[in-house]
Amino acid sequence: MTEHRLLPDQWVDNYADYLFNYAIGKISDVETAKDLVQDTFVAGLNSAKNYKGEAAERTWLIAILKRKVIDHYRKINSKKGRAEVRMSYSPASDAEGDWLEEQVADPASVVENDNIENDELGLAIYECISKLPKKQALVFNMKTIQGVSTEDICKELNINPSNLWVMIHRARTALMGCLNQNWYNL
Amino acid sequence: MISCEQAALICNKAQYREATFLEKVKLKFHVLYCETCSKFTKQNTAFTSLCDKADLHGLSEAEKDKMKAELEDIQ
Repeated sequence: MTEHRLLPDQWVDNYADYLFNYAIGKISDVETAKDLVQDTFVAGLNSAKNYKGEAAERTWLIAILKRKVIDHYRKINSKKGRAEVRMSYSPASDAEGDWLEEQVADPASVVENDNIENDELGLAIYECISKLPKKQALVFNMKTIQGVSTEDICKELNINPSNLWVMIHRARTALMGCLNQNWYNL
Repeated sequence: MISCEQAALICNKAQYREATFLEKVKLKFHVLYCETCSKFTKQNTAFTSLCDKADLHGLSEAEKDKMKAELEDIQ
């Protein structure tokens, strides 16, 4: 087994987007999600000495983030004194036989699973992005995820549009190949 | 007539809605007889819809720099 090591200096560059994307799937508030990612890095630094090198760095960090998300929900729940689970019958219906069983998600429905699948898809894409060369990843992120205009990217990175499109092309081709390998059939 | 390189460029631009109408017509025509580009265009378009579906969120460079600075203070 290969020994994993922590490289905290590169955490933000390598994992901030990946972790943020996970957090935003669980907590829709952007600022809170950002804070949780930062909390995760801080917690990671503080407990770096406990890292045994068994899991990859990213797996380790996302495990911390998962705890942070749970803690977050616990905190806001207890603040409002709503820590207990409330079971209520559907207020909207006065139908006969209005039992909880009837309110369970329909296993045949695809809608409920959509979010979970999309979360995993997002993580798979970020995993592939992290394998790109730095500059390609940066251009792809700015263009595709942040929706920055071609003109602004060129100005900010001091490149010309044809450079930009070459990098976009390489990034997209590499990402498609990577996703194909990881079970998504394009 | 356009080359495959040009076709790929237009296809990439089209993914970001930056291809002009004339460019798109040229691409459509090229794809009719070029199997490689036809396949590439399909894949590229599928990849775009996959990205849309995943609803990706990212942090800007400024936000990351801020994070880095805060972390360095702790270290």
